[in-house]
Amino acid sequence: MPARQALEIPFVHAVEKCFAEHLHGDLGWWRDRCHKGMTCFRRLGFPTQRQESWKYTSLASVLRQPLATGGSPIPYPGPLPWVDGLDAHVGVFVDGRLDKSRSSLASLPPGVLVTDLHRAGFSRACNLGTLANSTRHPFVALNTAFLTGGAFVLIDANVFLDKPIHVMHLATSNRGRLAQPRTLVHAFRESRASVIESVHLESAGPSLINAVSEYQLENLTHVSRYELQDPAAHVSCVSSLDVTPGYSSRFENHCFTFGGDVVRNNVRVLQIRMDSETVLNGLFMARNRSHVDNHTLVHHAVPDGFSSENYRGILDDHATGVFNGKVLVAPDAQKTNAYQTNKSIVLSDTARMFAKPELEIYADDVKCSHGATTGQLSEDALFYLRTRGLTIKDARTLLLQAFAGEITGEVPHAALREALNQRVTASLQG
Amino acid sequence: MQPVLEISNLQASAGDVSILKGVNLTVGGGELHAIMGPNGSGKSTLAAVLAGRDEYQINGGSVRYRGEDLLEMEPDERAREGVFLAFQYPVELPGVSMMNFLKQAVSSVREHRGEPPLRAVDLLRLSREKAALIGLDHKLVRRSVNEGFSGGEKKRNEIFQLAMLDPVLAILDETDSGLDIDALRSVADGVNRLRSKERAFLIITHYQRLLNYIVPDFVHVMVEGRIARSGGKELALELESRGYDWVAREPILA
Repeated sequence: MPARQALEIPFVHAVEKCFAEHLHGDLGWWRDRCHKGMTCFRRLGFPTQRQESWKYTSLASVLRQPLATGGSPIPYPGPLPWVDGLDAHVGVFVDGRLDKSRSSLASLPPGVLVTDLHRAGFSRACNLGTLANSTRHPFVALNTAFLTGGAFVLIDANVFLDKPIHVMHLATSNRGRLAQPRTLVHAFRESRASVIESVHLESAGPSLINAVSEYQLENLTHVSRYELQDPAAHVSCVSSLDVTPGYSSRFENHCFTFGGDVVRNNVRVLQIRMDSETVLNGLFMARNRSHVDNHTLVHHAVPDGFSSENYRGILDDHATGVFNGKVLVAPDAQKTNAYQTNKSIVLSDTARMFAKPELEIYADDVKCSHGATTGQLSEDALFYLRTRGLTIKDARTLLLQAFAGEITGEVPHAALREALNQRVTASLQG
Repeated sequence: MQPVLEISNLQASAGDVSILKGVNLTVGGGELHAIMGPNGSGKSTLAAVLAGRDEYQINGGSVRYRGEDLLEMEPDERAREGVFLAFQYPVELPGVSMMNFLKQAVSSVREHRGEPPLRAVDLLRLSREKAALIGLDHKLVRRSVNEGFSGGEKKRNEIFQLAMLDPVLAILDETDSGLDIDALRSVADGVNRLRSKERAFLIITHYQRLLNYIVPDFVHVMVEGRIARSGGKELALELESRGYDWVAREPILA
């Protein structure tokens, strides 16, 4: 047996033990889903680097850690300072349970519901686990096996929400070093909303966040999602997002990564309704030995679809970045427009970036393009700024702020955009 | 009175290629010197070396700026000390807003001079005033630095920055290249408005036509990495009628 799998065995045993305990709890209507999730996870196991989609990303360092927590549990973590107070309707979920005292949902307009998944009931949350596929994705299966709660957001038909909804998951270390937040968003016909998601796990030792989000968007909706990732240097994160946009709808995902040990984002958009648009933007800033991997899949299954991806990364020290953007255009998906760019700046000799566009096109009347650049800051631009009196440090900061600003600048909410710009600056000066 | 710039026997190369082969030039306070010369004579290299571009190696000689060793200073130190280079090819900086750029540039220079930082409203007032002075459309200040600017707008933007930073020594590297006659005249007007007893100019140009509008105190001709001839403004007219070849044939060291 290869050494890598041997490393995982204690972790998998611990998962089994936890699962047995988990089944004693009151699982209500999703007990079957948990069983199915665990069955799938047992069959799939953790991915290894021999699988093409995990070629550049190793979870060995994460899985080597014991699952059980040591020391005294941290009862109540606060939110990350910079994601607090973003001028949003905030729903705080502690280990998957809505904490009303910490939330500010009083000003939600009629037709918008932010509540516990387990309270949402089967009929309302019937999409749970139908978008995120447990049979194919081990981390989705693992999250589903341990469903104990989560966030449920419903936006009723014709509701236009200006202020974003912020789903803030806080994980205590009571449940071991594995936090598995879950979010389900259902936007009905002709609604419009923005959802910010952030996860904060406070733990003394190495930990793993395994987050799963599902977005069911009906026809003519416009939903923007903002994922804010800033885990501590010893916290790894696997985040999965599955989206099905409705007819003539628009979905945007803006993913910002500022920290973490190993971070892997899986974004999968299934365009099975005509005339839908998907925008996927990402900004990742990694230093020290951090590893950030963004995997996207846009599956154009029907004609007249549009998708555009723009990912940017700034890598320093020994950090590694991965961008794998797959665009799949089915034979019937004529008149598809799909664009993809990935630009990275590598600030040290030891930082690395792997960019891999993957276009699989089976239709003949489509426009698809991709471009990837990895390089250093322009010497000409640095010299120009220095001849205007800026120190080399200030010149670099200004150019990197501008580079990152091309992604943060796409955020229409002023408070969120400003918070992101400040976080970028703090990261550059840190 | 101490000269602003004293270049003696300056030699510089790019890689193995020797470009400056012993340049001597002294610029006094408030003087305007024009350096002319054929392509490849080393004019732009001289400008780049004075601004601190590190792709050139200094092989000998010295440059003193207000008595200090200029070559020892970092490019940004030179800028803060009052040396300004207007680029032949201004660099586009996508995503860097003009206002943020001006704010950082002006405050770094002011801080060095011991002046208090400008408030945002004062910076805006100053930039309006200077833009009007040199004929730059102030709307450009809302854009990214040089991004999508026309050739003329880029050159005017260089002179605008010169006005904002108020240098002691302004070096203009082929500011006239690529400009039509109207743009040339308006850039020249801007430069003339910025001439003062406290500011020296070193204007590098290939053509005499700029000197119809900016009248120099001294004209130097650079040939093969040396100043081959120096004179008054009438030298420019002689070059215009006779070309550069005769200077090379009849060198008279300044």
